Amino acid sequence: MIAAITTLTSLGLLSGLLLSLAARLFQTPGNALREEIMELLPGVNCGQCGYPGCGGAADALIAGAASPALCPPGGSVLARTLAAKLGRTLESAADGPPLLAQIDESRCIGCAHCGKRCPTDAIIGAPKQIHAVFQEACMGCGLCVEVCPTECLQLHPQTPTFATWYWPKPMLAGV
Amino acid sequence: MRLHTFRGGVHPPSQKHLSADRSIEVLPLPPRLYIPLQQHAGAPALPVVTVGQKVAKGELLAREHGVTSAPLHAPSSGTVTAIGDFTAPHASGLPLPTIVLDTDGEERWVESEPPPDPFSRTPEEVARQVGAAGIVGMGGANFPASVKLSKARQAGVHTLVVNGAECEPYVTCDDRLMRERATEIVDGAAIMLHALQAPRALIAIEDNKPEAVQAMRDACQNDARMTVLSLPSRYPAGSAKQLIQLLSGLETPSGGRGTDTGLLVHNVGTAYSVHRALRYGQPLISRIVTVSGGAVAEPRNLEVPLGALAVDLLNYCGGVSKDCARLLMGGPMMGQPLPGVEVPVIKGTNGILALTAAEAGEAQPASPCIRCGRCVEACPMGLLPLELSKRARSEDWSGIQALGLSDCMSCGSCAYVCPSHIPLPQYFAFARGKLAEQRREERKSAHIRELMEQRQARFARAEQAKAEAAAKRQAAKKQRAVVMEEED
Amino acid sequence: MNINPVAGAPHAHDGDSVSRLMGLVLLALLPAVLYGVVLFGWPAVNLLIVTLIVCLLCEAGCLWLAGRSVRLGLMDGTALLTGVLLALSLPPWAPWWIGAVGGGFAIIVGKQVFGGTGQNVFNPAMLARVMLLVSFPVEMTTWLEPHPWLSGSAPGFLEGLLITFGHSEIADGVTGATILGYARTELVMNHALSQILPEHYHTGFAAIGWTGGSLGETSAILVLMGGLWLLWRKAITWYIPVAMLGAVLVLASGFHWLNAERFADPVLHVLSGGLMLGAFFIATDPVTSPVSRGGQIVFGIGCGALVYIIRTWGGYPEGVAFAVVLMNAATPLVDHYLRPRAYGRTWSGQSRPISERAKHAAMGRDAGSGSR
Repeated sequence: MIAAITTLTSLGLLSGLLLSLAARLFQTPGNALREEIMELLPGVNCGQCGYPGCGGAADALIAGAASPALCPPGGSVLARTLAAKLGRTLESAADGPPLLAQIDESRCIGCAHCGKRCPTDAIIGAPKQIHAVFQEACMGCGLCVEVCPTECLQLHPQTPTFATWYWPKPMLAGV
Repeated sequence: MRLHTFRGGVHPPSQKHLSADRSIEVLPLPPRLYIPLQQHAGAPALPVVTVGQKVAKGELLAREHGVTSAPLHAPSSGTVTAIGDFTAPHASGLPLPTIVLDTDGEERWVESEPPPDPFSRTPEEVARQVGAAGIVGMGGANFPASVKLSKARQAGVHTLVVNGAECEPYVTCDDRLMRERATEIVDGAAIMLHALQAPRALIAIEDNKPEAVQAMRDACQNDARMTVLSLPSRYPAGSAKQLIQLLSGLETPSGGRGTDTGLLVHNVGTAYSVHRALRYGQPLISRIVTVSGGAVAEPRNLEVPLGALAVDLLNYCGGVSKDCARLLMGGPMMGQPLPGVEVPVIKGTNGILALTAAEAGEAQPASPCIRCGRCVEACPMGLLPLELSKRARSEDWSGIQALGLSDCMSCGSCAYVCPSHIPLPQYFAFARGKLAEQRREERKSAHIRELMEQRQARFARAEQAKAEAAAKRQAAKKQRAVVMEEED
Repeated sequence: MNINPVAGAPHAHDGDSVSRLMGLVLLALLPAVLYGVVLFGWPAVNLLIVTLIVCLLCEAGCLWLAGRSVRLGLMDGTALLTGVLLALSLPPWAPWWIGAVGGGFAIIVGKQVFGGTGQNVFNPAMLARVMLLVSFPVEMTTWLEPHPWLSGSAPGFLEGLLITFGHSEIADGVTGATILGYARTELVMNHALSQILPEHYHTGFAAIGWTGGSLGETSAILVLMGGLWLLWRKAITWYIPVAMLGAVLVLASGFHWLNAERFADPVLHVLSGGLMLGAFFIATDPVTSPVSRGGQIVFGIGCGALVYIIRTWGGYPEGVAFAVVLMNAATPLVDHYLRPRAYGRTWSGQSRPISERAKHAAMGRDAGSGSR
């Protein structure tokens, strides 16, 4: 019996030692992951995820406190990429259509604050002229909405067109 | 000629007796026609008319946009009253840009020269004329016929298959066309053979249409290049891939073109339109439509100007009864459920059906899959519908692509036999839509990233220019200070 | 007009349903069930009823717990069929709690725990039978000779209740072994088959089922007729039954030819031990068998081979339950590797180019045919 206890205890200690050595030896520098995630995030620091900038979001992702679907401008493409990188599964989010900015032309005063803010140059318009948003270039970060003095800029869900519509997922009753 | 076979398939009751013996009647001209700009595979046509313009019958309304596109012509003479959005004949009910034409009842044809003998023209000219007439495949995919002909000739196709199979239940438009206008169809096929420079044609008709078989045989008597074949009826024998396999035993390679097999398939309606275009210079502005179903008072086959609303056709056939449970464009197996009756007839509309609940086979909710394997037996493409739908349900997109979702042609055979009433093709359509959406989003993501980088680069350049200017100013100031010191 | 805009194609159906399918199978089993009842009398009826009731109650309870429709779940007939198949594989005079525990295990652990109808990996009835056999070997191997219903030697209704629900001396006095069990014990003692069989086995009786055995395994002919009727009604495909019976026949014939004294003849194998029931009704369970043609053939052969191996060399005289459960475990693997060849693709799933030879053959064969 003594032999058994000694053997098992020393095996346990040995394994523990080996594991801690391996953890030390094969440790990836934490910063590399953070940088890679920062590369993937839009880098706009819009704050829609609720964390202080994209750096804060990256830290939260690494710490496991945030879901990979935290970034609305990144959309589902980014969510999938982040989930793959972090080795996490994405809960099938009830993702609706993406939100895009639209200008209510009757209220636009042409102050041009929004155009300066937009990180993708999606807003066109000259000073004192009515502005408009290129839907194809808008990623819904919302930075323009914050600065618009007349609140004519709002985020709206993208309306389906003939080219984007598809059959919804069938719901099975009783299953 | 020995016929081969294809895998799977089902035998829905043909229900063609409702309209098969009604000869084609011309629909009285409706007062208003709605011509959507997208009635074909490829880019939508671009309007060349303006609101208020008077047009003649057959006049060009919209020109093709790009290589894979087709022009549109006025189905009747009248005035263009609007160019805007109108409900598309599509399940979504979403609008399509549409030209609205108020007819004046005169049916005044556009002035044109009678066309030269098609056989004296080069194959390229014939194909171009086919394209200019706006002819697209009238059996289903609505692919521009001229592109198909040119590419097939380049690929060295040796056999034209004229598809008179019409395997969908209820629809009898091709049947009546073959019975009543067989010589014109054969002439169109001969013209297509000339455009293809191919030696022979096979006219394939399902054996539930014996009169059509006889009529076509009589019409081909004097042309040794044409053979009429009677096929055992099985859905989906009319699908191009299955038809090619039936006639030659060859399978179109996955991801390849049908012309790789040496055969090209065209619908009989397309052949008829080619005849009208090349002999009389008439563009594609009307087609035969079957109006049928248990909820239609008098099922008929109508010759309809493009742009007539479904309600015009249904009213002419006695109207729709209250127990209509499904309103479809096309056949019951692959047809589009329509959002209402106020939708236009387009080049690909072979039938308007109003089905009762009993005919549509509904009433049972879906229950769990019991892996009975009937869908696997029924699938003509050799896929595993039960596995595909499971992956679609759990949104496993890479898994579903690995199982061959792209091979599925949504024929509906699997759902027809499923004892659990699982809406399999809807799962596949959902999956395809999601995958297309992902591809669109990825493209947009890449585009946005580019835009952001360009903007940052622009700012960086601006900053740099500012810094350089500031440095220059500093240097100049220092220079001046030094000079002034020296002067002192 | 009542239009349903979000219902997709197809808008036609062949009218079949899961409950109709289960109904056909139950109908096909009816002759065998009735015959078994006739052979074994009131206790068999009691056991059957207890098993069925427990199965249905457990199914209803699990569905209710899972928040699913109890009515729809019970109406699809799968729990009823499981109960009937389980009862058919039990010793006819087994005590009621054998049927109850078996039925509960089959439904709860064999089916609902995996997710309900369509999700189970193992055939629930066979899983329960295996569990019962391993846990209660005495009660599960207490066989008896036929005691025709309403005949002098058969127990009456009250006596039957006593046998199933209580303790009865009659039951103790009439136990006997099945032919396979008897043959096995004798073979272990190195007696030759030609000595063992003549007293206890008669082909004719075995065919019509005048032997000991479980409720459903006795009349091979009635089961066969039921199975053939199912084939004709297209409720099952022929690949599994033919493959399973074929494998047993081939193996049995082979070994019997090698040593007729040690290995029983193929007819004995086919007619006894519930092989017929297994081939047509148990192995063909759609949920636990492969979906493709090739897969089903492999599955059937595997089942048949395992049945023969277990019967001949294994620790139990009767192998159908074990064979089916073992092959059920292999079904996902079989399904993964044995798929139909997709149109336009090779067997390995790559795009299948058309060889020039095939193209010319297709063209040349029909060259010169005129219009007909």
